[in-house]
Amino acid sequence: MTKRYDRAEKLSSSAGSIVFDADVLVLGGGPAGTWAAISAAEHGARVVLADKGFCGTSGATAAAGTGVWYVDPVPEHREAAMAGREKLGGYLQDRRWMARVLDRTYAQSNQLADWGYPYPADEDGKPQRNSLQGPEYMRLMRKRTKQAGVTILDHSPALELLVDGNGVVAGAAGLRRQKGDRWAVNAKAVVIATGGCAFLSKTLGSNVLTGDGYLLAAEAGAEFTSMEFSNAYAISPAFGSVTKTLFYSWASFTDQQGSVIPGASSKGGRSVIARALRKGPVFAQLDEADAETQRHMRVSQPNFFLPFDRTGIDPFTQRFPITLRLEGTVRGTGGLRIVDDSCATTVPGLYAAGDAATRELICGGFTGGGSHNAAWAMSSGYWAGQGAAEFARQLGATVGRQAFRRGTIGLRSGNGRTLQGGALARSVQDEVFPYELNYFREAGRLGESLNRLDGLWSEASHAASPDEQELLRAREAAAMLATARWMYRSALARQESRGMHRRDDYPEQDDRYRHYVTSGGLDDVWTSARPLVWAQYSEAAE
Amino acid sequence: MIEVIDAERCTACDICVNVCPTNVFDKTDGIPTIARQSDCQTCFLCELYCPEDALFVSPFADAPQAIDVAALKEAAVLGSYRRAVGWVDESCHLRAADRSYRLFGH
Ligand SMILES: Cc1cc2nc3c(=O)[nH]c(=O)nc-3n(C[C@H](O)[C@H](O)[C@H](O)COP(=O)(O)OP(=O)(O)OC[C@H]3O[C@@H](n4cnc5c(N)ncnc54)[C@H](O)[C@@H]3O)c2cc1C
Ligand code: SF4
Ligand code: SF4
Repeated sequence: MTKRYDRAEKLSSSAGSIVFDADVLVLGGGPAGTWAAISAAEHGARVVLADKGFCGTSGATAAAGTGVWYVDPVPEHREAAMAGREKLGGYLQDRRWMARVLDRTYAQSNQLADWGYPYPADEDGKPQRNSLQGPEYMRLMRKRTKQAGVTILDHSPALELLVDGNGVVAGAAGLRRQKGDRWAVNAKAVVIATGGCAFLSKTLGSNVLTGDGYLLAAEAGAEFTSMEFSNAYAISPAFGSVTKTLFYSWASFTDQQGSVIPGASSKGGRSVIARALRKGPVFAQLDEADAETQRHMRVSQPNFFLPFDRTGIDPFTQRFPITLRLEGTVRGTGGLRIVDDSCATTVPGLYAAGDAATRELICGGFTGGGSHNAAWAMSSGYWAGQGAAEFARQLGATVGRQAFRRGTIGLRSGNGRTLQGGALARSVQDEVFPYELNYFREAGRLGESLNRLDGLWSEASHAASPDEQELLRAREAAAMLATARWMYRSALARQESRGMHRRDDYPEQDDRYRHYVTSGGLDDVWTSARPLVWAQYSEAAE
Repeated sequence: MIEVIDAERCTACDICVNVCPTNVFDKTDGIPTIARQSDCQTCFLCELYCPEDALFVSPFADAPQAIDVAALKEAAVLGSYRRAVGWVDESCHLRAADRSYRLFGH
């Protein structure tokens, strides 16, 4: 049986703007967004997906590729998979969510196989589904999204949400960069799948990830959680962008003189590398990989070798300088707070998926490597798309509903100077890149940084809106700024070390902090403690 | 960062203009231009999608580099990433060659 999908309707296309009418609008076209769009369409919704870049190449997965938390449904294997990471995550995970993500990831991965994803098979002919090649996976997802009848808007960053008179989300509006005009989509529900925030650090594929979805959701009143778990730093060659870290498990790390740096390692010793980098250059060499391992590495991550092959370095026999690039919430666990099994946020009609949403439910306070983010993106995308389609169906006809633009900073005329996105972004980077501020946190330094960030916010929120060419940069910088303030406010509130959050002034894990930190607000940023009470989540509507 | 559009090979299909996530290229009447090099995030994806092996992304993410295009062609560097991931006929078996399952858990 071939299924018929209804398409979203193009309402008008006057000079300067294009308007669509849809049931569900998905913002972001990485794995989370494409799974959400397909799932919403399969649940009967007319769907538009808008991506800042190109759906299929944009985002962290398309460029990087991911391991996937795919575990056969064998009870002992599942149990081990869940138990294995609880300590690392600081015991903030939720077993029920871990189990449903494992189930959903298994189903979605097998769906990918049915769609023709070229999974390898091992020596015994058993298919292996715990890794996805980024370009291959996302090319397939684009194709399936189109086949599901979804209207894709490429190079179309969302700038702000539309909300009706009752505070229910009613769509979004943004730019069409290559057409030089604007888009608006009237929708009954919106899924935020805009990824995390990596602060333009050039970590692989992530410069499109500036926290835009956080900002526009916050402007509609959404809340965040676990934003202190936002200081993931990844290893890359010092000159390059390829922050693929798995193979550094076979590396030795040395200083300028060639002496091994005691305790330095990719897993469990990355903070030692950060400390060493503050003193001088650090070098790596993958000297523990034997010939067979080297062959497996080559075919498994061709992108890992680009920086080496193109500079004539043999990473197995030669030392090369490395650095740590900030990945913020991309391989952190903070994000939009979700309140039920359908990944609804605190704002009616607004759903969140992938890195835009918190991953605390399955990762607690730590992800780094380890396949959970990819599993979360496909699972939460599926649920958010389904939830949004259901919300749209229940809302029924919305003819004549008024929609109001909720964008603030950078979008409204102010009496200050024009907002300079480039300069603001650099000022935010100065607060979030340094290891002594973000990797190694301490009350005094966090407080001073927050004062500077709050000052930047107050200046920026009085600034005048820049012209069309600079608008995207300005909104991106504002989103980075807002993200940094939720991060550091949350980091101050957690007076202990847990997961990836490490406090010089509170180096131990402290049982009194075995709770979540909720945050929110724009002009006034707030935090509050939220207990690990899973009863508050309603049962699955599946 | 993106450094080269090779005019000898480029057929002006504009695929790179479409697929670049950070909108680095601009269409023209002829072959595209690298209009915003400093926006390049060094993701190498334009190279993967260029059907003519006409693009070269330097691995240096933070600074432009001087490039010897003739030498790159001589060494068959243009198109090397496409061949490595199996996106050309000769090497399409590599699409399913992922051995990550042998490497995880080290
Ligand atoms: C180098 C690297 C390696 C990784 N390895 C692993 C791994 O091995 N295992 C694992 O589980 N995870 C890994 N991750 C994390 C994983 O890539 C992410 O969790 C995953 O990509 C999240 O999917 P997503 O769809 O939420 O976000 P993304 O894939 O980042 O996609 C977000 C999309 O939103 C779009 N967007 C952004 N702003 C806007 C806007 N304003 N309007 C419209 N669209 C917008 C972007 O263009 C992008 O297409 C890795 C990440 C990196 C950087
Ligand atoms: S994709 Fe290749 S051939 Fe097509 S326009 Fe770009 S450089 Fe030229
Ligand atoms: S490397 Fe990536 S960001 Fe740079 S031009 Fe190519 S596609 Fe665009």
